[in-house]
Amino acid sequence: MSILVLAEHHDGQLAGATAHVVAAAKAIGGDIDVLVAGENVGAVAEAAAKLDGVSKVRVADHAVYAHQLAEPMGALLVELAGDYRHVLAAASTTGKNVLPRVAALKDVSQLSEIVEVVDADTFKRPIYAGNAIATVQSADSLKVITVRSTGFDAVGEGNSAAIESVDTVVENRQSAFVKQELAQSDRPELAAAKVVISGGRGMGSGENFKLLDGIADKLGAAIGASRAAVDAGFVPNDMQVGQTGKIVAPELYIAVGISGAIQHLAGMKDSKVIVAINKDEEAPIFQVADYGLVGDLFEILPELESKL
Amino acid sequence: MKVLVAVKRVIDYNVKIRVKADHSDVDLTNVKMAMNPFCEIAVEEAVRLKERGVATEVVAVTIGPKAAQEQLRTALALGADRAIHVETEERVESLAAAKLLAKVVEEEQPGLVILGKQAIDTDNNQTGQMLAALAGLPQGTFASEVVVEGDKLQVTREIDGGLQTVSLSLPAIVTTDLRLNEPRYAKLPDIMKAKKKPLDVKSPADLGVEVTSKLTLLKVESPAERKGGIKVGSVDELVDKLKNEAKVI
Ligand SMILES: Cc1cc2nc3c(=O)[nH]c(=O)nc-3n(C[C@H](O)[C@H](O)[C@H](O)COP(=O)(O)OP(=O)(O)OC[C@H]3O[C@@H](n4cnc5c(N)ncnc54)[C@H](O)[C@@H]3O)c2cc1C
Ligand SMILES: Nc1ncnc2c1ncn2[C@@H]1O[C@H](COP(=O)(O)O)[C@@H](O)[C@H]1O
Repeated sequence: MSILVLAEHHDGQLAGATAHVVAAAKAIGGDIDVLVAGENVGAVAEAAAKLDGVSKVRVADHAVYAHQLAEPMGALLVELAGDYRHVLAAASTTGKNVLPRVAALKDVSQLSEIVEVVDADTFKRPIYAGNAIATVQSADSLKVITVRSTGFDAVGEGNSAAIESVDTVVENRQSAFVKQELAQSDRPELAAAKVVISGGRGMGSGENFKLLDGIADKLGAAIGASRAAVDAGFVPNDMQVGQTGKIVAPELYIAVGISGAIQHLAGMKDSKVIVAINKDEEAPIFQVADYGLVGDLFEILPELESKL
Repeated sequence: MKVLVAVKRVIDYNVKIRVKADHSDVDLTNVKMAMNPFCEIAVEEAVRLKERGVATEVVAVTIGPKAAQEQLRTALALGADRAIHVETEERVESLAAAKLLAKVVEEEQPGLVILGKQAIDTDNNQTGQMLAALAGLPQGTFASEVVVEGDKLQVTREIDGGLQTVSLSLPAIVTTDLRLNEPRYAKLPDIMKAKKKPLDVKSPADLGVEVTSKLTLLKVESPAERKGGIKVGSVDELVDKLKNEAKVI
């Protein structure tokens, strides 16, 4: 029984999520191959070969896989899937974009965003914005699965797996990359940060998000946001935490001016410690907060920064 | 250009769900149901394309029980021209939904199909991508902007790091993200008019698709509850608790 893990990578670097997906693969059990597909991804392959538990890294390095567009990536995985019983990817926007195409073309269901492996056929996954956890068993001969990173601790990096190239080159006449606008930040990645401080509609403006900067600097935190803050244009979409944004589970999550709608909670309620700062003492966020502070964020944030 | 929109009947997004006592599933008896919010965005986008003269006809389709016709009537009230109901009382997994939709696409030959990116009940985020694969069409998922330019479609996608724009050949499949548009509300006269718009009913058998799935739902549980915390009285107390009690800073 072997497992194929699709590596997640950006800007020529292996993304942290891959080590969590490999951990899920280890929980399933069997030989684990990692597929690195993209253009000029030699360094990514080398990083993937270091991940504990990986037997082999397979590298498809070709212009057609640049930007990891769904159509060629799906076609490549369909070509390779025959050798495997499980195909896994991170539940990232890349994994979510590509894997259902593979499942459909192999005529199998997909299990989305698993958080636990019960056995090689049985998995747990959140449904209804995480308000219920389903245990699902698949009788399909091939399991196509996306993995929620927060459900699995990353594997270590003491390995040196073999690297081999994959010559399969597929055609793509249907889609083309036009451009990308990626948010630049020196802060840790939201999904990987040990501390996250998020602002909501209560922040009032994008300008006011600067009040979070000093605190984030002191705590080495990533900055997130509620949907309302993103919709209002305060901050870009990649900062959204929640059911339909990023799922985070840091050691410490600080929610500022966020009411605590179920869709927001879905993205952060597995954090170890939750702090809520809100002027409305009835705000639902306080029901999940370990430490709640009722008051005006415009007074509290500067004081907090100075006292850290 | 004909635009096909897939809409799903789901629990209203404001409702707090309950797990059944026997853990067989979520309890949906007497629960308020509605159109999946991402599908509302899909319908809105299709209607705007028609208002801009890009689309000539908007066809709404749903797969589900008899009651799902309510959501089709909502789509008609919002501006869809006609509707197709693939009626089944069975649980329809994304793969089966995609197969049924692929058959509808084959029959209807739309220039564009718009779906939600995710149904908020199963949180699957699969059907649009599966439909694209089965129909052999390109996909623009998690769209926050859609522009038709001749025989091409430019789709701006919300991705983890920011925004990505792709160009797709038409026909194509699009799935909607939250910021694609802000859906309108149906007006009373339009709700009345919607009752007279055509609504076709088919069965999965009519489309030659089996709805069975190889997935078994073994159990549904409530997630671990967080135990309620405390309110602190001051910033000093908060910092002290984080340092000395929780030990996270
Ligand atoms: C399909 C769907 C998907 C969704 N997905 C997501 C998602 O992924 N993530 C997400 O976050 N939301 C999501 N939402 C939206 C969600 O339902 C809420 O609307 C949203 O989370 C509210 O954001 P908020 O808490 O910032 O705003 P509000 O609910 O408006 O809350 C603002 C809070 O700020 C407080 N406040 C105001 N001023 C101050 C002040 N000066 N000092 C202190 N406190 C102050 C107020 O008391 C209030 O509690 C989704 C909704 C739908 C329908
Ligand atoms: N039973 C259904 N009927 C119509 N459309 C559906 C159905 N199931 C899924 N869809 C479409 O696919 C989208 C994504 O659903 P899912 O992949 O199940 O999360 C939804 O927003 C709908 O547009």
